[in-house]
Amino acid sequence: MYCLLKLAPLFLAVAVCNGWLFGDFVGKQKEQDEISLWPLPQKFQSSAVAFKLSPASFQIVHAKQSSAGPSCGLLENAFRRYELHSPLFTFEPVLLYDSDLVELQVWVTSADPECDGFPSLQTDESYELSIDEPSAVLKAANVWGALRGLETFSQLVYEDYYGVNNINKTDISDFPRFAHRGILLDSSRHFLPLKVILANLEAMAMNKFNVFHWHIVDDQSFPYMSRTFPELSQKGAYHPFTHVYTPSDVKMVIEFARMRGIRVIPEFDTPGHTESWGNGQLDLLTPCYSGSSPSGTFGPVNPILNSSYDFMTQFFKEISTVFPDAYIHLGGDEVDFRCWESNPDIQKFMAQQGFGTDYSKLESFYIQRTQSKGYMVWQEVFDNGVKLKDDTVVEVWMGNKMEEELQNVTRAGFTTILSAPWYLDYISYGQDWQHYYKVEPLSFPGTDAQKKLVIGGEACLWGEYVDATNLTPRLWPRASAVAERLWSDKSVTDVGNAYNRLVQHRCRMVKRGIPAEPLFVGHCRQEYKGL
Amino acid sequence: MQTIQEIDHVTQAEPMRLTALLVTCHMTRVLTVSALVYCHFIVQTSSPTALKLTEVCSSMAHTGTHSQPVRSCLLLVVVSVCVQQVHGVWPLPQQLHQSADRGCLSPQRFSFTYGRDSAAQTGCSVLDAAFKRYFSIIFPDFTKGSENRLQYVWSEPQPFVVSVSVKTGGCDGYPDEDSDESYNLSVSEGQAVLRSVTVWGALRGLESFSQLVYQDDYGSYFINKTEIVDFPRFAFRGLLLDTSRHYLPLHAILKTLDAMAYSKFNVFHWHIVDDPSFPYQSRTFPDLSNKGAFHPFTHIYTQSDVMRVIEHARMRGIRVVPEFDSPGHTQSWGKGQPGLLTPCYKGGVPSGSFGPVDPTIDTTYKFMESLLKEVKFVFPDSYVHLGGDEVSFACWQSNPNVRKFMEKMGFGKDFTKLESFYMESIMNMTAALNRTSIVWQDVFDYHERIPQDTVLEIWKGEKYQAELSRMTQAGHRVLLSAPWYINHISYGQDWRNSYAVQPQNFSGTEEQKKLVIGGEVAMWGEYVDATNLTPRLWPRACAAAERLWSNEEKTLNADLAFPRLEEFRCELLRRGIQAEPLFVGHCKHEYDGL
Repeated sequence: MYCLLKLAPLFLAVAVCNGWLFGDFVGKQKEQDEISLWPLPQKFQSSAVAFKLSPASFQIVHAKQSSAGPSCGLLENAFRRYELHSPLFTFEPVLLYDSDLVELQVWVTSADPECDGFPSLQTDESYELSIDEPSAVLKAANVWGALRGLETFSQLVYEDYYGVNNINKTDISDFPRFAHRGILLDSSRHFLPLKVILANLEAMAMNKFNVFHWHIVDDQSFPYMSRTFPELSQKGAYHPFTHVYTPSDVKMVIEFARMRGIRVIPEFDTPGHTESWGNGQLDLLTPCYSGSSPSGTFGPVNPILNSSYDFMTQFFKEISTVFPDAYIHLGGDEVDFRCWESNPDIQKFMAQQGFGTDYSKLESFYIQRTQSKGYMVWQEVFDNGVKLKDDTVVEVWMGNKMEEELQNVTRAGFTTILSAPWYLDYISYGQDWQHYYKVEPLSFPGTDAQKKLVIGGEACLWGEYVDATNLTPRLWPRASAVAERLWSDKSVTDVGNAYNRLVQHRCRMVKRGIPAEPLFVGHCRQEYKGL
Repeated sequence: MQTIQEIDHVTQAEPMRLTALLVTCHMTRVLTVSALVYCHFIVQTSSPTALKLTEVCSSMAHTGTHSQPVRSCLLLVVVSVCVQQVHGVWPLPQQLHQSADRGCLSPQRFSFTYGRDSAAQTGCSVLDAAFKRYFSIIFPDFTKGSENRLQYVWSEPQPFVVSVSVKTGGCDGYPDEDSDESYNLSVSEGQAVLRSVTVWGALRGLESFSQLVYQDDYGSYFINKTEIVDFPRFAFRGLLLDTSRHYLPLHAILKTLDAMAYSKFNVFHWHIVDDPSFPYQSRTFPDLSNKGAFHPFTHIYTQSDVMRVIEHARMRGIRVVPEFDSPGHTQSWGKGQPGLLTPCYKGGVPSGSFGPVDPTIDTTYKFMESLLKEVKFVFPDSYVHLGGDEVSFACWQSNPNVRKFMEKMGFGKDFTKLESFYMESIMNMTAALNRTSIVWQDVFDYHERIPQDTVLEIWKGEKYQAELSRMTQAGHRVLLSAPWYINHISYGQDWRNSYAVQPQNFSGTEEQKKLVIGGEVAMWGEYVDATNLTPRLWPRACAAAERLWSNEEKTLNADLAFPRLEEFRCELLRRGIQAEPLFVGHCKHEYDGL
């Protein structure tokens, strides 16, 4: 009360200013303070009753019944993050006032909260959030659901005109529509400094993405520093010291992602897209022939040498220990057969194996011999009839006949993810996020059982024209459209409503330090300060 | 004779071993006196054997043997020499002769001086500040403290002096349409001589000089013997930023001015207000921004902000031409200036919405006159952009007072006549204030009588060549921006489209061609704010920069320009400009912000 009295003159001054100077402007500001959840929760009930949240007295705590406690580093870290993230400490001048809401209790219900575990494809990310006096309660089976709930909680907090934090009486019951919600970044065409990757993991968590598909190497460069084969990055990276990911860099990415409930799935694309591998691993690639002599150039991995398979076995052994996720992406896309065709040894091998001139059979032969633990592949591998393990995830990326492909892949009983409509590296003028938003992944003809095999999708930002200078504003908030499509209910399709929420959500990202580009004309209360 | 640095230069892939070589040489101190020694100009030829030889010598050094083998290996290297490396300048100078002879620069012994015959001497604000700026640009490691000091153990740093002479003073003035930006630059052993008529020309020359300096893998700085004779093809090389559709924080504008200077742009066209917001804080009409800005305190440009922009630009030889677009594009004006806009009618009664500026009442012209007087006072440039584009006539049509006025004036139903009437008044007002008007092409398209000294700007994409013909035939000076609306983005290397533009390729006489005074790159703000402005502008705007500065004959081939532009974009990164990549690849120093 004393505090309030002391502040009375200030309030008065603000109120006077208000009517006198910019009556019109207050209206605008209120609009901006509307709650704007992104992605929209499955079930959401909110009342006009608002509670004040004071930075001084409000805290996020473990519920008494929770199986997680102060020893749960993952949650402790998240509590701190969300205290900083929420506008609690960011508005100046900080006014002192009492909190209506004292705490948010986080209640993890499973016996094993999975504090030290890794999220997986099977992870239950659902949560329930109830905002009421005197305590708000966030209930989730495990820490992963709790993380999603904390993000939602932070999005519920809004500032009123005087800079006071409010949160409305709300009940939310939420879960993702799809289990695999990914972002692909390409660190081969351009090297992406660690900082950029980490910032984007942060932005992913704000959008409830849960898979970082790390297209880490490709033709252009090999920045992954292998313990087993250090020459790969020494000779294959753009620079052996400045343009590489050391083992500790990779570890940091994985841990940073884990803290945000994000899986890291590395892609080591073979047998094509491997030019940079050849620099550090002699004889791995097929020598191309021009006429009857080697031309000096190289093609895909040489599938007829045992040494290729020995190398791959050892290499993928390392990969499966470095990356904890159950899945590795093996690529398998866009294999150019011309080099294989030109090589007499390969021709001989084809004849021996009875493949005729069908080089997709040779590719199949290769893929089958390099199989590792759970894996994902690009659609060509399926299209070429490679015999795949049952739990293989087939990624559909080709824009034409996308529905037919989904139909075929699921009819064959494989799980699949969709990225074809979400190649965000293709830019155009205007609000292309709406196209991404309007995609319905299950619109293909098929049985319910087939539809269940579509486990999610990925927004891909290939790196031909993207590096640290433009990655973040190019990805956000365009990828947010994909985030909502993959998380929220199928019925959430109103573009106008999405626009209003997304405008706020992008300002929220900007406020949190992510340079997310604007959707259209307008402004954020706090514009981007970096540069 | 050459220094140890040249050896390093050859074997980029072998940094570890070469460090070993350096250390070994260090122990054989005697060598540094007899063989390595000083920084000289040396002849370089491209030789595949160079690599092998150096590898031999570096592995010899690696084994830790002593002076004898090291000495012989060095001799080998000296004979076999280095890979040719010539450094480009963007935009390409009119005449550029580079020799393979190169010399070292060291920040410790580098200096800028004024030539004895120079009209400008120490105390010249523009050049003093430029020397300070370019020192850090030329020696990025020096100011960042990451300098490799070891290199000076091997070579006694030699002095290098850049002597700058300008014919006329004018250090405290502003660049204008007649400014002579030509310069001559001659780089030889231990010195560079830069001569220009004006300080603005000297700035362009300093920029070119800074682009000639390069570093090898070990951080040593070099410059090749070079002769440059340079001048701009067009006098007006502009870049438009739109601070109304999104507010651009001051630092985003200042950064853009920095980058403009690197590409030799010389006009900042500040589309400062428009329908969505009015961020310019007027001293005469403070309500315009109080009520018309996105926020009356955080999203405005105060008078001191504007002064800062103008001074920052002046220091870089850049003019600031403000645009106060009317009679359309003025929604935000109406909030703080009641009675300015035309009330639209619906079914005989005002609908509550407003259209363009009301051209039928005296108060409008009084207001515009006061505003233009203020603009003249605040912005020193002799040009003012008056807009005049995309006026929608629907609201005027709906308003009975406007219709009555049309009748009185004998305009019939032709609202273009009304618009012309308004624009003519505004242009005359501007002329009376001793300012040159720029207007968008619409004004010309609608209107036969335009004051002869008005500059017309072409923005409509289709058939801009025909428009160039018509306008120049009518004797007007013209600016081209239609093909350079780079807010329109697409997948791939769209800079090539900008590069392919030929501004004088239209049917007309030589006299007509001369009336094309330049062009502008436009970055409209519908989808652009501080988060994405810089990577969207750079290096895409560089394509137009070269088209507007350089000789077209020498710069027709985009494939030839590509490597030079790629190198320039890495240089922009090094200078802290967040310029996006042209295609796959890397820069030695990647962008390290977010």
